[in-house]
Amino acid sequence: MNRLFKRLSSGLTKTREALTSALGNLFNKEGVIDRDRIEQIEEVLVLSDMGLNTAHVLIEWVKGEIATGRIKDPSQFRYYIKMRLKEMMSGNQSGLNPDTNRPYIIMVVGVNGVGKTSTIGKLAYKFKSSGKSVMLTASDTFRAGAIEQLEVWAARSSAEIIKQKSGSDPSALAYDAVISAMAREKHVLIVDTAGRLHTKYNLMEELKKMKRVIGKALAGAPHEIILVLDATTGQNALSQVRVFNEAVGLTGIIVTKLDGTAKGGIVVPIASEFKIPIRMIGIGEGISDLIDFRAEEFVDAMFDEER
Amino acid sequence: MLESLALKLDNVFKKLRGKGLLTEKDVTDALKEIRLSLLEADVNYRVVKSFVESVKEKALQQEVLKNITPGEQVVKIVWDEMCAIMGKKGGTISFSPNPPTIIMLVGLQGSGKTTTTAKLANIFKKDGKKVLIVAADTNRPAAADQLEILGKSIGVDVHRESGKDSLAIAMSALAKRLYYDILIFDTAGRLHIDEELMEQLREMKLKLSPHETLLVADAMTGQDAVNIAESFSNNIGIDGVILTKMEGDARGGALLSIRAVTGKSVKFIGVGENVDAMEPFYPERIASKILGMGDIVSLVEKVKKNISGDSLLNLEEKIKKDSFDLEDFKEQLKQLVHMGPIEEIIGMVPGGSRLLGLVNSGPGYQKEINRAVSIINSMTKEERRNYVIINGNRRKRISKGSGTSVQEVNKLLKNFFQTKKMIKAFSGKKGKTALGRALSSVRF
Repeated sequence: MNRLFKRLSSGLTKTREALTSALGNLFNKEGVIDRDRIEQIEEVLVLSDMGLNTAHVLIEWVKGEIATGRIKDPSQFRYYIKMRLKEMMSGNQSGLNPDTNRPYIIMVVGVNGVGKTSTIGKLAYKFKSSGKSVMLTASDTFRAGAIEQLEVWAARSSAEIIKQKSGSDPSALAYDAVISAMAREKHVLIVDTAGRLHTKYNLMEELKKMKRVIGKALAGAPHEIILVLDATTGQNALSQVRVFNEAVGLTGIIVTKLDGTAKGGIVVPIASEFKIPIRMIGIGEGISDLIDFRAEEFVDAMFDEER
Repeated sequence: MLESLALKLDNVFKKLRGKGLLTEKDVTDALKEIRLSLLEADVNYRVVKSFVESVKEKALQQEVLKNITPGEQVVKIVWDEMCAIMGKKGGTISFSPNPPTIIMLVGLQGSGKTTTTAKLANIFKKDGKKVLIVAADTNRPAAADQLEILGKSIGVDVHRESGKDSLAIAMSALAKRLYYDILIFDTAGRLHIDEELMEQLREMKLKLSPHETLLVADAMTGQDAVNIAESFSNNIGIDGVILTKMEGDARGGALLSIRAVTGKSVKFIGVGENVDAMEPFYPERIASKILGMGDIVSLVEKVKKNISGDSLLNLEEKIKKDSFDLEDFKEQLKQLVHMGPIEEIIGMVPGGSRLLGLVNSGPGYQKEINRAVSIINSMTKEERRNYVIINGNRRKRISKGSGTSVQEVNKLLKNFFQTKKMIKAFSGKKGKTALGRALSSVRF
């Protein structure tokens, strides 16, 4: 836990600096909370990418707390904001449980460039490390080089990989992979998909088909459909979650690139608006840099100074 | 592209335009809503602040408020300010007077550098330039494979080597400079900005001394977009920005913020996954689009690009002789499909953002055209030339042949009559000039 905190916290340094310095300055001075100060809070929160709506919800809540006299001084302000954010996100933390089925089939979806393939590589490594047999299928048959990229990751985590040449039918490949994973009694099968912008009707239909086909090969599968989200994405992330969820019914979200300069604030509205668990977060380029999401740690790392 | 922002602003302006006189309060209320829309669109908080202040200052002047169409005046001010923050110049690359021109692309992982490298090369190749693209990204697995496949698909030479570091690869590519007009270097990205990456890129830039260093960034990036652009700008120096993934429902935040913060213009925008899906960026056109004024210039260019000059001439000839037949109709329908999704076209028409919700578009529309084409394909040559002979029996046969119903065949014929009638009206005295103007404006 300490290691995770440290890691996440070093990754989130930027977020923390931005959030705490402004919030700190705001209330370390004596005086009342006037309009300017409210606007400053708004700015800090909006700059974190949590969006204007969430920022306003928080601000209204702060105002309410001030009215009831619960927030009186600067140190308390930060405490309450943190508490509120943890509350908002606490319902969304639950990791993957691959023991519920064998093979446990995970389908990974997302828009282009969010880090789907790398995330699959890290997931495979994680399952492998816990003694599971893992099979990957390179169903991103569209993007040039995607299959080769997954092969490299498969080798790194010594997972088995099922592939076909670029341009072949991803659904057919997924079907074959499920059959083969069952025949070889694999613990986990992870199905990669081509990145697609959620506004492309045909590509979203293709995704629905893939899900159906996997379900035909094995009733009840896929057991998990994960959307991979880039933490640097702005408010567009909300429509990504909405549209992918409507198309295939998401069971989980993985947020990547949280170690960057992005503030990751988009996690807040996603967690509070959708009842979809945030399974994991990506905090680096290394193969083990994928950790469980904990609202508590996440918020602490966002706000706390060095421990 | 940018529809959600356009629609929101349209609602704001509708209220302003409806008023004969504007009070100070009208303007401040409108600005409040504009501020909200921009922030919801991920425009940088500070950019929004200064944008709103500067619009306010100009809009509250007496001559604006007393103008006979004050609403239009305010829209004009917003348009001016938008153009101002996006910069005057758009998609221009400065070519070296002594070829080759060396272009270096930098950016974070997943922003679309490799695809953009190929798209840029494709644009230059179409201009008749000889291009070499260089896979200097040794970080991401299979990045070189991806570039090689893309290079092959557009017929552009690719330089790749394995077992060398990126700088060495870049240098041996540079040795081939005499054989090319343009060299484009695809560099490694990282998940985020760090000193190691910047050091590596600085060194490469020093060795290559590129004429253009372009930052590739994802248009869907949130408030962090300006931080990314700023660090690349400050650390290695960039000459411009290419924004990718604009074809989704990107809201325009990065587009409107980057230049205001970094002073570097957006030069190209990526609008699709295929190698030809990249366009030069024109601030004024985009501003018009965001403000619901449409983008007629781009529409005309699109028509030019997709409809060959020959087929237009033929059409003109046919119209003159009144011999527009079903075969021509089929060609017209097919070209409509080539133009791309109807939403995109409507979006370029003034006020189009308002229409988008009303139009029955999307994949159903494409299907309908395909059905129409297959109905015409099931006709004999004689029938296509002379629709009058298509009687009940023939209609039955055609519907069977195309797997449709007689009703659908009837509907298609009705559409054809209407089109023919419209064309006839066009080619009348008055229409002739109007159509002639329209056609001559799209000819090469």
